[in-house]
Amino acid sequence: MDGYDKLVPTPTPDTQPYWDGLRDGRLRLQRCADCGKVRHYPRPVCDSCWSMNVDWMDAAGRGTVHSWTITHYAFHPGFKGELPYILLTVDLPEGVRMNARARGIDASALRIGLPVKIAFDPVKDDLTLPVFEPT
Amino acid sequence: MSLYEAGAVTGVGETKYLRGTDRSALSFQLEASLNAIRDAGLKPSDIDGLIPYGHGAVAEDFITNFGIEDLRFSATTPMGGASAVAAIQCALAVIQAGICKHVLISLGRTGYSGGRIGTRVQQMPQFKVIGEFEMPLGAIAPAQLYAPMARRHMELYGTTSRQLAEIAVTTRYHASLQSNATMKNPITIEDHQSSRMISDPLRLLDCSLESDGGAAVVISAPDRARDLAKRPVMVMGVAEGHPDSPSAITQRPDLTTLGLAKAAPKAFAMAGVTPADIDVAEVYDCFTYIVMCQLEDLGFCKKGEGGGFVQDGALGLNGRLPVNTHGGLLSQAHMAGMNHIVELARQLRGEADAQVPDAEIGLVTGYGDMGDGALAIMRRG
Repeated sequence: MDGYDKLVPTPTPDTQPYWDGLRDGRLRLQRCADCGKVRHYPRPVCDSCWSMNVDWMDAAGRGTVHSWTITHYAFHPGFKGELPYILLTVDLPEGVRMNARARGIDASALRIGLPVKIAFDPVKDDLTLPVFEPT
Repeated sequence: MSLYEAGAVTGVGETKYLRGTDRSALSFQLEASLNAIRDAGLKPSDIDGLIPYGHGAVAEDFITNFGIEDLRFSATTPMGGASAVAAIQCALAVIQAGICKHVLISLGRTGYSGGRIGTRVQQMPQFKVIGEFEMPLGAIAPAQLYAPMARRHMELYGTTSRQLAEIAVTTRYHASLQSNATMKNPITIEDHQSSRMISDPLRLLDCSLESDGGAAVVISAPDRARDLAKRPVMVMGVAEGHPDSPSAITQRPDLTTLGLAKAAPKAFAMAGVTPADIDVAEVYDCFTYIVMCQLEDLGFCKKGEGGGFVQDGALGLNGRLPVNTHGGLLSQAHMAGMNHIVELARQLRGEADAQVPDAEIGLVTGYGDMGDGALAIMRRG
């Protein structure tokens, strides 16, 4: 036990490269090796051409806010000490979206289209979570 | 070939709805089922098809408790809160195929006294993508996952929290008229506005209850329905609809459109009616926003106009569209929408506690998981 008291992901062989990327400070996205369509969250098949051949690409790491919520209630005890916190839904220029906590963004600044950039929050030895910061 | 009037609701049943119990979910499910079967004038052993809500009683429980000797069909329709209405489509299909005569759709739960929603969703297989990619970030419960849909709607269309409050206030008033509801004290818009924030923009009074109890309905073949104890309620149209990106709202092209938008045109076409023909609507109300969004997706108003549509008591018993006349998940009890089917049948029989005068045609929706939808349109038989 490392004292980390929040929910942790259980990566699969299909998703492990995403988590490995975060740990290395990289936001990696799946790209179909045949038709080039970028997809997220990671999964085995391209929904455009049904290819199972996958490349992983580094995302630019910037995006714009698509929507958000500010959570004031801890649905899991591990998050009690962090209330309230902002969860952003962000459009990436690669054509997919991401969900991540905001860091250093004031709630009053939130609007659709607000530019943000990715940062990496190593929360424990083997787990780094993405966060979004102001550009 | 269509499922138009391929079956009828012939029996409805509920337990007392509670917030606090030492009973098992199984006993609630079986009690509600027995009540529905008796309401139809059937014997438990007459049931030859079962579509229980997932995560609850299984076919074996019913066979064992009810002495069913020749069960011919059992399935689940795993669509979260859309499961119950989706089960009507499944029931009609197996009735029309000649497999079953009387299909029991049922639910029992200890949502208040057992594991709460924030814990339950962590075990649900349909939440596995969210479980890996969003729950570790702190986006765990439906309130948090759905709030960005409401926020997006507000930012794009100017929808306000006070408009959502109208839904909570009207629904609570309807609950106050019920013999079987857990939250009966009327509330005001100001009560809603001062209720604590859960996940902005959703306040406590935007959120449904967690409840203990059970509800069930019997769907029968039309040739059997006519001879049973109660006036049948004919199913005119039914469909289910799965949203784009059904396992992650984050990735949905349009955050403000639900799976119901795909089901609605199919069910209305099957029924041969339009929204203007609907006298009463029981609309899945896990959150106020979800009611408003479904009214748009059903075609009662255009996308973006839901806030205006629900204002000024429009959803009340004497409003332009009476909605959730039983008090819904927001104020009666959270029975995952099974109670909405029960209420629609009672309205169309003319035996509801808060009766819409002359209700002849009505609809019931289900909404579940990341936006799964289902719709059934029914008429007085």
